[in-house]
Amino acid sequence: MGDPVILVAKWLEQLLAGWGLSASQVNVVMTFIGVLVLAVFVLLLDIFMVWVERKVVARFQDRFGPNRLGPFGLIQPIADVIKLLIKENITPAGADRVVFNLAPIMALATVIMLWAVIPLSPTVFGSDVNVGVLYVVAIGAISTLGIIMAGWASNNKYALLGAFRAVAQVISYEVPMVISLMVPVILARTMGINSIVQAQSVWYIVMAPIAALIFLLSAIAELGRAPFDLPEGESEIVAGFHIEYTGMKFGMFYAGELLHALTMGGLFASLFLGGWRGPGAEAYPILGIIYFFIKAFFIYWVIAWVKYSLPRVRIDQMLNLNWKVLTPLALSVLIVTALLDKLLAGAPIVVYVLSLLAANLAILLTTSRLLRRYARSGRQRVAQPAPIATPERAVAISPKQNASA
Amino acid sequence: MLNEWLFIGIIFVLAPIFPIAALLIPQIIAPRKPDPLKNQTYECGIETVGESWVQFKAQYYIFALIFLVFDVELVFLFPWAVAYHQLPLFAVIEGILFILVLVAGLVYAWRKGALEWI
Repeated sequence: MGDPVILVAKWLEQLLAGWGLSASQVNVVMTFIGVLVLAVFVLLLDIFMVWVERKVVARFQDRFGPNRLGPFGLIQPIADVIKLLIKENITPAGADRVVFNLAPIMALATVIMLWAVIPLSPTVFGSDVNVGVLYVVAIGAISTLGIIMAGWASNNKYALLGAFRAVAQVISYEVPMVISLMVPVILARTMGINSIVQAQSVWYIVMAPIAALIFLLSAIAELGRAPFDLPEGESEIVAGFHIEYTGMKFGMFYAGELLHALTMGGLFASLFLGGWRGPGAEAYPILGIIYFFIKAFFIYWVIAWVKYSLPRVRIDQMLNLNWKVLTPLALSVLIVTALLDKLLAGAPIVVYVLSLLAANLAILLTTSRLLRRYARSGRQRVAQPAPIATPERAVAISPKQNASA
Repeated sequence: MLNEWLFIGIIFVLAPIFPIAALLIPQIIAPRKPDPLKNQTYECGIETVGESWVQFKAQYYIFALIFLVFDVELVFLFPWAVAYHQLPLFAVIEGILFILVLVAGLVYAWRKGALEWI
């Protein structure tokens, strides 16, 4: 009722049955059409994302952005696509041709596959598999493989360096991301993403703010966007893994990255912000799609905000943040959530939510205390005079050296 | 249930077709004038010296090893998280002990200096 998508699907089903197809054949054809519609919708969204990205960065840098072609420059991305299509494709000498051409395909195709499990509204979703979260982790890992393949196959040292950095970064941030994904799974008692959305009578960002923060940070790192854009640092290794790509092949990486950012926004919205939930979404499922995309684009905007506000971090800082801050933090949040959830099994929902929130805030306070102490000791170390240049020290060290010799 | 996996099976086949189509169009309409200079590896104008596929820093390997340990153990934690509501408190504490073993591994790697970037 009031859902045009379901109405069209019903009509198509009857039409196919009228052509004399059996029930299972109708099922296969309907699923095929569903996949086709979803993929085309996602790709159209991707072209629109180019415009959104350019407008957002323009606003952050006090510019107008594209505003000549069509109203608000809306036709600009289509012109971009045509330009990319008529550019010459250059394959560098000595490149591994098969892998070189396969990498951009993987970069975009895996992101389209991710949309199969993201629910857009109570009735419109690709597939509600009961291992949705695991599927997201698995497919997300394959998209990393595209970056590594691109860097390896280009026969370029800068590209290879970019691929190495991608390995160190994306592999590392996979760990806190998987742990933080486990918190909504525990709270909802299921891995299906649509079931997780349905279980969120209270948004999980209230019950698990730290897990949400860790997911957002590691999502930015997985995307390879600033401040974690080490795999393609323009000022250090020119463009990293996609240095040798031209024309539409480069466009695939660009489109894949933008769409991946929106996908991460959609995942964050589904797991922590209640997905399609909102006033009236149950009665009018079409509203659910609107709520979902408002939330997804908000998280996308937060990712862009971080990207255009912060400088790139060093590789040791990036690894320290992951292994020494985010991973222990994620593990402690997982333990506390599991224990509290079990102890508060029969408690009323208000007590349950408030105690989880209080526990999260306590962990956050302790972490910030520890981090502040660590930063202070680091600053004191820097403030001390350098040990090499002072002559007294040279005298003090030399007898010891004689003794050891 | 089978229906859900049918969708994923079809999207696995269809999703690569769109990028492949987008890569095939330039084969037809884009110009193609290969040139030995143009096809050179781009290293800011300098000719490449030696092999490009070089040996790399061992540090990357150590991080990959630590990641492997964590990832395999985390896969074991997912069934625990899903079957969580059927478990008694004792089984939950067992799961937490498992996580603590993981933390011990992290502390060991940290103390050994495997997490330092040299």
